[in-house]
Amino acid sequence: MESIGVLMTCPPNFPYLVEELEKRFTLYKLQNAPDKTHFINSHKNSIRAVVGNAGFGADAELIEQLPKLEIVSSFSVGLDKVDLPKCKEKRIRVTNTPDVLTNDVADLAIGLMLAVLRRLCESDRYVRSGKWKKGDYKLTTKFTGKSVGIIGLGRIGMAIATRAEAFSCPISYYARTEKPDVKYRYYPSVIELAANCQILVVACALTEETHHIVNREVMNALGPKGVLINIGRGPHVDEPELVSALLEGRLGGAGLDVFEDEPNVPEPLFGLENVVLLPHVGSGTVETRKAMADLVVGNLEAHFLKKPLLTPVV
Amino acid sequence: MENKDHNQNHQSEDLPQVLLLKPTPVMAVLGEHQFSSNKYQFLKAWESPLPLCQFLTKYANSIQAILCSGAASVTDDLLQLLPSVRLVVAASAGTNHIDLMACCRRGISVTNAGNVFSDDGADAAVGLLFDILRKISAADRYVRQGLWVKKGDYALGSKKKTFVSYPFYSNICELAADSDALIICCALTDQTRHMINKEVLSALGKEGVIVNIGRGAIIDEKELVRCLVEGEIAGAGLDVFEKEPDIPKQLLELENVVLSPHNAVFTPESFLALSELVVGNLEAFFSNLPLLSPVMDE
Repeated sequence: MESIGVLMTCPPNFPYLVEELEKRFTLYKLQNAPDKTHFINSHKNSIRAVVGNAGFGADAELIEQLPKLEIVSSFSVGLDKVDLPKCKEKRIRVTNTPDVLTNDVADLAIGLMLAVLRRLCESDRYVRSGKWKKGDYKLTTKFTGKSVGIIGLGRIGMAIATRAEAFSCPISYYARTEKPDVKYRYYPSVIELAANCQILVVACALTEETHHIVNREVMNALGPKGVLINIGRGPHVDEPELVSALLEGRLGGAGLDVFEDEPNVPEPLFGLENVVLLPHVGSGTVETRKAMADLVVGNLEAHFLKKPLLTPVV
Repeated sequence: MENKDHNQNHQSEDLPQVLLLKPTPVMAVLGEHQFSSNKYQFLKAWESPLPLCQFLTKYANSIQAILCSGAASVTDDLLQLLPSVRLVVAASAGTNHIDLMACCRRGISVTNAGNVFSDDGADAAVGLLFDILRKISAADRYVRQGLWVKKGDYALGSKKKTFVSYPFYSNICELAADSDALIICCALTDQTRHMINKEVLSALGKEGVIVNIGRGAIIDEKELVRCLVEGEIAGAGLDVFEKEPDIPKQLLELENVVLSPHNAVFTPESFLALSELVVGNLEAFFSNLPLLSPVMDE
């Protein structure tokens, strides 16, 4: 299959994925090209697949430039950077990496909750700076038993709910439709969910409908003691509004793994001790990234060997 | 020293005295009014101009109970000076600062924090574990220092395998050898002092991590630091240290440790619950009712 061209639109930073792709295909690394348009033009007739990730996918413009494109295999579960309707229209297959990263992302959501409520990062800074010698750190606030509201009860949302239940947290959720057989309390709007929980977690897919689903009104409803946890996508939250809500004390705290313009994070957040900021590491463990890479490669192999795709979305 | 406490302003000769050698964190945060009762009054040793020995001798006959935290040890020598003491109330889960054998010999009951710290202590232990394994504090530093922009994506953390049952190990080395993460939450006693030693850390291994929300002295701290610096274990989450608040300098430089200033149970919810338990124990004692959270001999 060496003659099959695969265009990697994301930075080629994960050696295992790059190696496995290069073993099987001719890999074109778009991010390394000095002139991307020229690069695409030069290789467009051999490119039959695109590999992207959470940050870089395949938009309509790119798809139009690749006449031989048959499949987009995303190194992520979120597909907001892939033009799905365009792919459907052109009968291009699309795969992602569900399930293998569910536990890691859910773990991180709980980790962020604990880190924000119990001020773990700030406590660590307090010790390292020598401040402990001058006096005890102040009281934080209990996590166990706090009510958790989850936006989106898919695989990741459910995994977060199961974990939070172990901490005796009452669970409620918002989704487009109420889910039968789910014991958690449903709210038909995000504002009502936010008004009725202490910790609000974003765990839904990013689509046109969910863009800025956490807006000023939602943050005000969550309130000065409420904490927002975002392990979805940056654009789920109106970021400038988030910054002012935190600075003005209208929102109690935030644990954020994603931002509207990664890797740029609003600098006013850096001075706040009631936020924890992570560089999009939700699925960033050695084990999971390998499993994700195996799915990406496995899907491509299946496609070119005319076998059923492992994790198709389109 | 001006005494603003209304209990001592209207000092009643009849109310039994509860001795406080040093202020306790929970009282310092919540205020003395949270602990007041019409069944007893507090006697604060540090407010007296008298040297401690004289102070204790003066009030020996009226001190029937002692309220203490880790800062003030209750030793056999102290109890010798206070023959009327029948109850020691620890404002903590730990009782390693109390000579339990001496209390037992003298027929003195001891109470501790019972269950009020369990949730927060457990949350903190899990929080430290998450932080160590998923590098939460380190990654947060990375972002705040502008390195996500300058250097790119953060290096990967690791997820460990999960157990669903709780097998018992009678040998701590075997437990360490079979675990990815070792969490210390036992009491500090003569048996557990430096229980986590070179052998145990070696069994835990290069991929293993340790979390301590018990007492610093349960771990041989020098050995722990050496193992961390030399990569013989993967990381540590520590809320307690052998000589608080002095932390070994090498720990402050390490990226694979998370440090917290002995605040695993420092939440308003826990402190309020503790104050209620302390008052409850004292009132029960002075009303000849069963204690709420007696420390049982094991």
